[in-house]
Amino acid sequence: MSVENENRNCNCQNNNMMMNTMNNNNVEDAPVALNNNWMTDNMCDKCDSDNLTREEMLKQIKCLGFAVIELGEYLDTHPDDEKALCLHNKYSKDYKDITDKYQKVYGPLTIFYPCNKWRWLEEPWPWEGGMN
Amino acid sequence: MWTYNKVLEYPVNIKCKDPRLAKFIISQYGGPDGELAASLRYLSQKFGMPDQTSKAILNDIGTEELAHLEMVGSIVHQLTKDATIEEIEAAGLGSYYTDRGVDVYPQSAGGTPFTAAYIACKGDPIANLQEDLAAEQKARATYEKLIDLCRDNPDVLDPLKFLRQREIVHFQRFGEALRKVQDKLQDKNFYMNNCNK
Repeated sequence: MSVENENRNCNCQNNNMMMNTMNNNNVEDAPVALNNNWMTDNMCDKCDSDNLTREEMLKQIKCLGFAVIELGEYLDTHPDDEKALCLHNKYSKDYKDITDKYQKVYGPLTIFYPCNKWRWLEEPWPWEGGMN
Repeated sequence: MWTYNKVLEYPVNIKCKDPRLAKFIISQYGGPDGELAASLRYLSQKFGMPDQTSKAILNDIGTEELAHLEMVGSIVHQLTKDATIEEIEAAGLGSYYTDRGVDVYPQSAGGTPFTAAYIACKGDPIANLQEDLAAEQKARATYEKLIDLCRDNPDVLDPLKFLRQREIVHFQRFGEALRKVQDKLQDKNFYMNNCNK
């Protein structure tokens, strides 16, 4: 079965509802991204990502990137956890959407992003502080 | 292979330089329980693992540790950037400055350069995963000592607390991987009734 088919079987059209109804019994085992309040505590309040400032977009990119890493590691040892798989699918997609939007305006976050001129040199490096 | 992402995993934005703290924190860059040792330990051990779970978890945690290495390097860099010679001397970094300037060099807080002797690859998945569990605990303990030492600087405390939390989560994941490896290695030994076992 292809990855795409597996994703289709994930049964979670409404991820927001999932987030609200999810009940995490074993907090010690589960990644923080599986916690009901994690996204609302960490993400930007604005629902419409078109109106986010650069800083808010970067924060969202970091939050989503972290959620994907955390859920990925959790899924390595819990591959059958459907809730985690659904959230991983949702956050991976959201991550791709917002990084695409960000890179269009502010330049590449990876060397794989095509540019008309070499914008990789234009922005400060993450270790230099600021928004990183 | 790896792809560089031009963001830190978690923000490091230190507004006030303090080379005194950099002298301690550099241990988590290249010290015995630091992020470089963690990353190399896991990324080297992954080749010898017997099941998909432990290959994946060593690969993925080893990758995350590289992101932590960059965070710790960023903390050290920002704490020492623009420090005056007087501040460097007062922080006890005079001998470091002599050899390295304000570059970020992998060494322990005591000044020992990084060595591959900090990591083990024992050719035994159980021994390797037990080492990884201990490594996560030692790194957690180191971060707790650093949190004590950096208690007055919230800009430094914030990323240190994040890094400490990751050690705890990774310990959990390695424990789960170890349980699976033990089960796999035992699966040919099925006893209905084995009083000696």
